[in-house]
Amino acid sequence: MTKILIKNGHIIDPANNIDANGIVCIADGNIVSVLEQAADFTAEQIIDASGQIVCPGFVDLSVRLREPGQTQKGNILSETRAALSAGVTSLCLPPDTKPCIDSPAVVEFIKDKAEKADYPQIHSIGALTQRLAGSELSAMFALKQAGCIAVSNASEPLGNLLILRRAMEYSSSHDLLLMFRANEAALSGKGCAHEGAVASRYGLPGIPEAAESIALAQCLELAELTGCRVHISQISCKQSVIKLQQAKKYGLNVTADVAIHQLHLTEDNITPFDSNYHVLPPLRSAIDRQYLREALVNGTIDAICSDHQPHDLDAKLGAFPETEAGVAALETLLPLTLALTQQHRIGLSQAIASLTCKPAQILGLATGALTPGYAADVCIFDPQASWQVNRDNWHSAGCNTPYWQQTLTGRVTHTLLAGKTVYRLAELS
Amino acid sequence: MTRHIQLTEQGKLKHFLTIEGLDKELLTEILDTAESFAGMSEHQVKKVPLLRGKTIVNLFFENSTRTRTTFELAATRLSADVLSMNIATSATSKGESLLDTIHNLEAMHVDMFVVRHALSGAAHFIAQHTAPHISVINAGDGQHAHPTQAMLDMFTIRQHKKQFEGLKVAIVGDILHSRVARSQILALNTLGVAEVRVIAPKTLLPAQVKTMGVIPMHDMDEGLNDVDVVIMLRLQKERMNSAFLPSESEFFRCFGLTEAKLKRAKADAIVMHPGPINRGVEIASSVADGPQSVILQQVSNGVAVRMAIMSMAMHSQGGAA
Repeated sequence: MTKILIKNGHIIDPANNIDANGIVCIADGNIVSVLEQAADFTAEQIIDASGQIVCPGFVDLSVRLREPGQTQKGNILSETRAALSAGVTSLCLPPDTKPCIDSPAVVEFIKDKAEKADYPQIHSIGALTQRLAGSELSAMFALKQAGCIAVSNASEPLGNLLILRRAMEYSSSHDLLLMFRANEAALSGKGCAHEGAVASRYGLPGIPEAAESIALAQCLELAELTGCRVHISQISCKQSVIKLQQAKKYGLNVTADVAIHQLHLTEDNITPFDSNYHVLPPLRSAIDRQYLREALVNGTIDAICSDHQPHDLDAKLGAFPETEAGVAALETLLPLTLALTQQHRIGLSQAIASLTCKPAQILGLATGALTPGYAADVCIFDPQASWQVNRDNWHSAGCNTPYWQQTLTGRVTHTLLAGKTVYRLAELS
Repeated sequence: MTRHIQLTEQGKLKHFLTIEGLDKELLTEILDTAESFAGMSEHQVKKVPLLRGKTIVNLFFENSTRTRTTFELAATRLSADVLSMNIATSATSKGESLLDTIHNLEAMHVDMFVVRHALSGAAHFIAQHTAPHISVINAGDGQHAHPTQAMLDMFTIRQHKKQFEGLKVAIVGDILHSRVARSQILALNTLGVAEVRVIAPKTLLPAQVKTMGVIPMHDMDEGLNDVDVVIMLRLQKERMNSAFLPSESEFFRCFGLTEAKLKRAKADAIVMHPGPINRGVEIASSVADGPQSVILQQVSNGVAVRMAIMSMAMHSQGGAA
C-alpha cells in the first residue's frame, strides 16, 4: 500500500496536543507518525500542504442524507460527496429516514449504500421507539448488532416521561448512547420561530425557550435516576446552557452539541419570511447566542455539528410557517467555524477539537485524531481561501442555506479517507 | 427589506403587504387619496375610469365576506374587471400548490392580486414570486398583517380627530392572534400618535410586546383612562378551547366594552371595531350602536381606502389611466 507524506502544513491535532508546523506520515491507510519521520519511511506520494492546516477529518453528529425515503431532497451519494468536500469523514445519520431506522434491515440498506458510495463511515442512529411513534421501545439490541452507534427519537416526541425512563434503562443496559433532542411538544406547538420580538412582529407562531429547557431538565433528571449516558443534540438557548452546566458540575455523564448556525445567526437575521431561516430549534436571541458561544469555549457544549438538512426547492417554497425546517449546512461547517476563531471567540485548536476528537469521544470512535495506528482520515484546508456559495462550488443536492451567494473564508483542499485522497479541490489541479 | 419589496425605485407603492417600512408621507398620501374618493359614493355615478381595462383577482384562501365585498366594490368603482376566487373550496383543496394557482392566473394576464391567506407571510411569498407587472395587495395574512384594514381605521380616526399627534389609543382584546392589531400599531406609531396601549390578559399578548411600541395593560379602567380612541378586537370562539381564556362571560366581565367602562375614556372618544362584532363578548350592544361608535363608518371608509391603495399601486406600475 501507498506511503504518503503530507508536508509543509500546519498540523492541528487537539487530541494529541499538536499545534505545530510539520509532517504527517501515512502508510497502509493508517497514521504512522506526526511531526517526525521514521527512519525507514520513504514516501511514495507527497502532498504539499504549504499555507494550509492539516487536521483530523471532521466527525459530524447530525447529517440527514435523505435516503432512504426522501431522495427528491438528496441521497447517500450526493450528500456523502458534500460531506467529503467539507472535510467530514464520519457522520451520524439520525433515524428519521423513511422508513425510519427501527429495524436491522434499514441499517443494512444504509450500510450497503454507504459502501457503494465509498463512504463507509455513515453511523446510523437507531430509532428509540418503533416507527419513532414514541410509545413502544425499538429492538435496540438488534439495532446495535446491525451497527447502530446510538439511539434517538430524532425530533419526534415521546409519549410520556415513563417511556423516556424505560428507554434510558433499556438502552443503557446495552451500553447504547441515547441522543436526545430536547423539545416539549405541548409548549412548542405549531411554532416556527423563536418566541420573541421578531415572531411577535411578523405574527409567526413562537416556540418559547422553555419548550427546550424544560424537556432538557426532565431528561437530565431521568439520566441521573437511570445512570444512562445521554447526549443532548442541538441546544439553542441560554436556559439549556445553564442546566447543562449545572448537570456537568454535578458530575452527570452528559454531553451536548450545537448546530453551527446557532453560533452565528439570531432571530434578528431573519429577513421577513425567508424560509431559509426556518430551522428547528429556531434561531434565538443575541443573548442566547452569547451563552452558546461561551458554553462552547468553557466546555459545557462539547461539539459543533452541521445539522445538515438538505431540501428540494418545493419544501422551501411557501408561506414561512408551511415550509420545511432545516438548512443544508455541511459545506458551510468549516468556514463558519473558522469565522468564530477569526472573531476571537474561540481558539483554532479548540474549534477543531469540537469538530473532531470531541464528537469522536462522544461516539466512542477511534477517529477524530491523528494518533498513530488510527485510520488516516485527514482534512487539509486553506484557512485564507475565500469562495462564494453558489451552484458551481456546491455539492449537496439541497441549496437551502441563508449563506447562498455569500462569500465565505476557509476551504477544504484535500480529504483523505483511510489514507486515500477522496476529495481534492478542483481548482488545485 | 420589506420596504424594498413593496416600493418601486422611485419610492412609490408597488405592492401593499404590510405597514412596516412605509413612512408617514406615504401613509398620508394614501389617506389623502382616499379622501378624494370618499365623496364619490354619494354621487349618482359611483365610478371613475382609473383602472379601466385592468383585471383584478381577489384570491381568498380564507373566507371573508366583508373584506372581499369592499375590495370588489372598490375595484368596480375604479372600473376594473374583477374576479373573486374562493380558493378555500377550490384549487388548493385539490392539491394544487399556492404557487401553481398564482402562475395559472398570471397566464391569464391579470394585473393585480388581492390576497387573503391563513398563514403569516403568504402575501410576501406571492409578491416575491409573481411576474413584475403584477401588484399584490395583502387582504390579511395569518397573524401578520391586514394593512388595508389598518389604513381604513386610520382614515376613520383622522375624520374624527383631524390629526394623529397627541392621540392616546387603546386596542383591546386578542392582540396575540390579531393581524389587524399588528398593522394598526405600526400605522399609529408611524403617523405619530402619543401613545398606543394594548389591553388584554397576558395569554392574548405577544411575547415582548413592548418591542412593538405599545404599552401593555391588563386592566380596562386604567387602560381606557383618558384615551381618544378605543379599538375593540374580535374574540374568536376557539380561544376558549386552548386555555387562552376561561369563558366568554369572564372575558366580557374583564375586557368587554360597556358604557360604564367607556366613561373612563375622553368624553369625545370614538369606539372602533374591525368587525364582525361579537355582541356581549367583546362589546355591549349599547356601545356598538351608541353615539360614540364609528363601526359602520369604518365599513364605508373601507371602499375609499381600498380604491386609493389599488389605484396607487397600479399607477406605479404605469397602469393607471
